[in-house]
Amino acid sequence: MNKAVIDPSPTDWNGHIMQKRIASRYAAERRFKAMGFMAVALSTLFLAFLLFTMLGQGLRGFQRTEIAVEFDFPALTSGATAASVTGPNADAALNSMDIPGLVELAVGQQYAGLGDSLLTSAAAENVRQMLIDNPELVTSKQTLWLPADSRLDVAFKRQGEPAAEKTVSALSEKDALRTGFNWTFLTGADATDPSAVGIWAAFKGSLMTMAITLLLAFPVGVLAALYLEEYAPKNRLTDMIEVSINNLAAVPSIIFGLLGLAVFLTIFGMPRSSALVGGLTLALMTMPVIVIAGRNAVKSVPPSIREAALGIGASPVQVVFHHVLPLALPGILTGTIIGMARALGETAPLLMIGMRAFIPAAPEGFTDAATALPVQIYLWSDEVNQGFVEKTSAAIIVLLIFLLGMNALAIYLRNRFETRW
Amino acid sequence: MVQGGNVKFMTGTALLFLVLGLGLIGWIVGRARASGFVRNAKGGPRGTVNSLPYYHGWFVAICAVTPALLFMLIWQSVSPALVTNMVLSAPAAAELPQDTFARAAILSEARAIAQGFQTTAFQDMSGKLVPLYRGALSYYKWLGVAATLLLFFAGGAFAFTRLKPDFRARGKVERVIMFGLLLASLIAIITTLGIFASLIFESWRFFSMVSPFEFLFGTDWNPKSVVTPGADNGYGAIPLFWGTIFIGAIIAMIVAIPLGLMSAIFLTQYASANVRKWMKPILEILAGVPTVVYGYFAALTVAPAVRDFAVMLGVSNAASDNALAAGIVMGVMIIPLVSSMSDDSIAAVPNAMRDGSLAMGATKSETIKQVLLPAALPGVVGGILLAVSRAIGETMIVVMAAGYTANLTANPFDTITTITVQIVALLTGDQDFGSPHTLAAFALGLALFITTFFLNYVALRVVKKYREAYE
Repeated sequence: MNKAVIDPSPTDWNGHIMQKRIASRYAAERRFKAMGFMAVALSTLFLAFLLFTMLGQGLRGFQRTEIAVEFDFPALTSGATAASVTGPNADAALNSMDIPGLVELAVGQQYAGLGDSLLTSAAAENVRQMLIDNPELVTSKQTLWLPADSRLDVAFKRQGEPAAEKTVSALSEKDALRTGFNWTFLTGADATDPSAVGIWAAFKGSLMTMAITLLLAFPVGVLAALYLEEYAPKNRLTDMIEVSINNLAAVPSIIFGLLGLAVFLTIFGMPRSSALVGGLTLALMTMPVIVIAGRNAVKSVPPSIREAALGIGASPVQVVFHHVLPLALPGILTGTIIGMARALGETAPLLMIGMRAFIPAAPEGFTDAATALPVQIYLWSDEVNQGFVEKTSAAIIVLLIFLLGMNALAIYLRNRFETRW
Repeated sequence: MVQGGNVKFMTGTALLFLVLGLGLIGWIVGRARASGFVRNAKGGPRGTVNSLPYYHGWFVAICAVTPALLFMLIWQSVSPALVTNMVLSAPAAAELPQDTFARAAILSEARAIAQGFQTTAFQDMSGKLVPLYRGALSYYKWLGVAATLLLFFAGGAFAFTRLKPDFRARGKVERVIMFGLLLASLIAIITTLGIFASLIFESWRFFSMVSPFEFLFGTDWNPKSVVTPGADNGYGAIPLFWGTIFIGAIIAMIVAIPLGLMSAIFLTQYASANVRKWMKPILEILAGVPTVVYGYFAALTVAPAVRDFAVMLGVSNAASDNALAAGIVMGVMIIPLVSSMSDDSIAAVPNAMRDGSLAMGATKSETIKQVLLPAALPGVVGGILLAVSRAIGETMIVVMAAGYTANLTANPFDTITTITVQIVALLTGDQDFGSPHTLAAFALGLALFITTFFLNYVALRVVKKYREAYE
């Protein structure tokens, strides 16, 4: 837009008034563009702010504070040998050692006057595991690094309660504190003590729920999409099916939870808070997403393929299952992954069917009481204990990594296998 | 308990796998027989054999597996009643109390013990019934297994005898496939009807306890667990409706409409292809973040910031679970939806209109404001209606960031509750299914369902009509 090219004409374009007018129009143009830019920038900034907040808090959740505790095993266990804690009687031998008592004794001797709960409630369990992994420890004096209590953990990582801060500085002076990677967080289950919690149980519950969802929603969704695109006659029934699917895709997720509660739990009497019912409920929610994505994918297969197959004698069913479906599959898979990602992040319907129970161990079967990762995040966010803040954010990081991974996979699949006809 | 706990379930699963495995064998046998026809056929490689061998295989497998699976399904629902009948007809059952509730409690306990779900009896009577239950359960279990297998082999044998070179296996199998396709599509209707029926049924039960008039027009939400007919029971849902509209349709939209619309305009009209390629997926990520994450972020970061801001402004009674924080975060969640719907409808405006405006000397922004947006308006409005429907049905953000106290106020710094928050709150306690609290949740669900259904219907109609206008 160069002002020099404006043609002289009856209107006095170069006059003062016209120039001013044009300048103000261009200024409006610039303002409008800047507003558009601001909108995009604000949205992006919000996303960045959210992710950084979660990362900033959550990364600490993968770490734990450890305290050095010296164990004089020969004295404490009155001469246990490596042989006595291995072999078939190891369990009984370890039980008779009274490890929680040993830990308390060792801590009491070493850090007298620093309060009684320095270590997390799972510390004795950790010592036991260390002894099982390495029985030689029993024969000598050892310094073991054990996870600290949640209050100290919070105080060491950032600001905590004054009492805990004092203990931490006393321990730091003795060089008895360090930061280690929190394996318990990846392998453990829910607990009342934030320094002993883990996400494995919730994650396994999510995986089992997703397995049921995929198993039900994918075949039904694909078959319904094929029927509606390829075979459905134009009649009232087909219209009703289409209206139902479009409506179901927009029904609030909490309504599916109410359906699950009223039908699966109350009428069918299925086990409450199980992965089975969760999967069924989410399958009903995901199915319409797969149908809509599947229909678009099937629609994009050109008619010439169908005509060619029909022309050499294939039946209508053979045309679809031998030719249309394989060609539409990448598109269907992309839609399925996106639908599954949405189901994986869904919380409200699972709350309705009772998957909010306290689950201290990973579920073994599909009918066991289970919880899911987003529900676990919700439950932890409700805890008053400060130690849960970073655990919640850390669980969110794990969830986001999986969701972004699934979405990236969907985009990759689309770019890799999509055929432009 | 772990050993015995899944006995009932496991036999069902094991039988299912057995039937499916046998079905695979049926498929192989059928195909092998048809391959025999092909080998022995006269005249050409396939001769007079009508269908490919694997269609014969499918025919046998379908004929054998379908009746067996159907029977298993029916048996699952019928056998508990048969077991109870058998136990009740035994002489020991004559000592059962006549009271229906006590009777049912004893029976269910005895059953749970017999199945291994429970280990100790709390009632004397149920201990006596346990052996009876065990006997009846195993009797009917083996009866069911035997009947399933019998049906399987009968179906398989019937199908196998039908196999002949000129048997039209393909036509038969394809008819089953078509039926399966139709059945899969019908699940959508069944689900919709299921949602509607369960909401209506439970709401009807609720309205037989609490008057619909109180529910729809009452302004006092403080639900009592015991209701007295005719009195005010604290089930006036007006504050919830208002809270839902205030957060979802007003605050969230004030955030989402300008940001979403302007983002769409910038990305489609001004941004270079490179910027668009990167920015669009980034905006899409906003839609992919789970709502529980937004809720946590709103409660932990945004809400305290909003409260501090309110205190700075001089609003002294700002709540920590204020409506503004939940609304803002919900608006951000909705941005991609508004943006992509606006994007689509702006792109659908014919290029001739835009080119004509630019050719007349209008600047880009004048073209957008005076030509593109008015032309795209129906599509944009449709998108906004869909966004409102998404926002009022959204649960986790408001559950975590908004309050639980019903409050009829327009002060965004005050605490406010919504329909979805109250559904979660009502269903959280350990109430039994028939209590007014539980049923009220279904009545709220019905209100939500009808509203979102209506909004979606109107939105889709508007968008569709508008698309047709330019096609």
